[in-house]
Amino acid sequence: MHPNLSFDQAPPFSVPLRFFLLAPWFGVAAGILFALEGSDALVSRWTNAALTLTHLLTAGFMLQAMAGALFQFIPVATGANVWRPGLVASVAQPLLVAGLVLLCAGFIRHDSALFRIAVPLLVTGGGVLAAAWLLALWQTPGKGATLTALRFAVLGLVVTIGVGAALADGLARDLILPYATLTDIHMTWGLGAWALLLLAGASFYVVPMFQLTPPYPLWLTRLFAPAVLAVTLLGSLRVTLDQKPAMEFTQMLPGALLLLLAGLYAVTTLNLQSRRRRRVSDVTLQLFRYSMGAILSVVAVGGLALLPIDGSQLRLAPLFGVLVLAGVFVSAINGMLYKIVPFIIWLHLQRYGASLAQVKLVPNMGVMIPSGAMLGQARMHMSAVVLLVLAVWFPALSFVAGMVFAASCAWLGWNLIGAVRRYAGFRRRILAASLQIT
Amino acid sequence: MTISSCMSSDHTRCDDIFARAEEACTQGDWERGAQLLGDFVTALEAHFASEEDVLFPAFETATGMRSGPTQMMREEHRQMRDLLANMNSALSQRDSANFSGGADTLLVLMQQHNMKEENILYPMCDQALGASDMASVLQQRIGTTNPA
Repeated sequence: MHPNLSFDQAPPFSVPLRFFLLAPWFGVAAGILFALEGSDALVSRWTNAALTLTHLLTAGFMLQAMAGALFQFIPVATGANVWRPGLVASVAQPLLVAGLVLLCAGFIRHDSALFRIAVPLLVTGGGVLAAAWLLALWQTPGKGATLTALRFAVLGLVVTIGVGAALADGLARDLILPYATLTDIHMTWGLGAWALLLLAGASFYVVPMFQLTPPYPLWLTRLFAPAVLAVTLLGSLRVTLDQKPAMEFTQMLPGALLLLLAGLYAVTTLNLQSRRRRRVSDVTLQLFRYSMGAILSVVAVGGLALLPIDGSQLRLAPLFGVLVLAGVFVSAINGMLYKIVPFIIWLHLQRYGASLAQVKLVPNMGVMIPSGAMLGQARMHMSAVVLLVLAVWFPALSFVAGMVFAASCAWLGWNLIGAVRRYAGFRRRILAASLQIT
Repeated sequence: MTISSCMSSDHTRCDDIFARAEEACTQGDWERGAQLLGDFVTALEAHFASEEDVLFPAFETATGMRSGPTQMMREEHRQMRDLLANMNSALSQRDSANFSGGADTLLVLMQQHNMKEENILYPMCDQALGASDMASVLQQRIGTTNPA
């Protein structure tokens, strides 16, 4: 009847956890780099510092956290089984990390030869993940808006990696390619089709769930993923086919539509959250609302960039980058980690406790990360985003902004490590109690 | 009325009582919280009983799937009962940190449990048992065992 239906709650504990534990440390590296090279990085999106920063946050922090979340989320939200998740994660993660380190080293040392090693590593690592997820997402008999969004998002990841690989390979081999055009395509697929769709697809599922809000309107959830994918595709075709100046209306349309869709998603989410039946607030909700607010700022900045005015004084391009990466995605992921990591720890302790008849010793998820530590870290992150935005206009602030961002990411990483140490402590207690009885 | 619509709307009703109980306890109104948590346990146990005593056995007989989804759902019911017992003891000790940690855990567990039932199991039940009067039997059980 439903041969591939998973009713299990989780993949092996180590699968999502290895990605979650590593993700924040790419943020630390990005923060330190921003502190040291910030004024240089903010001159243009093409500086080596800017390219390194962007990839530490996207292919580092975001991809690691999103990969961990997908391994956890796919079975629960879509009923799909990912094939051998432990094996897939063990193969893909080292390849992605090594590939990213070499890519960044290539940017920093102006040594495009390093890209020749980085590209196959990133393509293989990303390809293994995408293949495993797509196989699961296409085999499941489940239905729904979240499933469609996840399918399209992973396709978006595939295109992002493919175009990125073409760019890096072209640089390594000194090929003559339309680099600016390809970079726009790479960025639009990465931020739009992959990251935004994954965030929205997960939101359709978890926002009503965690805060007991009304569900997202059916028309929005049905239309959102196909619309984002269509607009991204349209944007790529326009960028590729039309080499005339970028101010033409038809040229601007896909970008404007993508901003409009992102804004629609953010406004809807904020509206639903304001109508939540669960009035109790928590740090995840605060970070999520902050992320939605950042989307609205991005829409404003992107809107300004589309106007026929000289935006160079406003420094819109670096502003856009800071708001999208640190403001939207790092905030949302930070909030999500504070919900998902304590919960999966609880889930696995529950199973362990039940298997040894020691369920009474299993603590609730509130014990895993002290609420004061989560709140303090979240406030530090929110301050860091404000400082990073200010540093765009006042480069003298970039050292402080980068260091505060690095510190908040390190604090996040430390909070997650603390949760795992508590998990190990409770496991020992449960085992000791069961041995005493027997 | 389908099995899906009947049981899904009961999820929403249980969620509402849970949210009010959690809010009362978080605000320090323990007496009202205790009363609402009691209402929530009554509503939840009526829902569990209608599934464990009526719906799941009928589904297992009709499909022959005895060790799959229904077993996992029963296990999650047990986990929710354990969490509720801990929350009740936190409530009687006026231990707000322990109570809210338990409530947070229960909410996530309960919601993902509901999603799995609403998106996958109930539609399967409708498919397997749609011709029977199962929906009205369930409606009656939830209604009579829990007048709240």
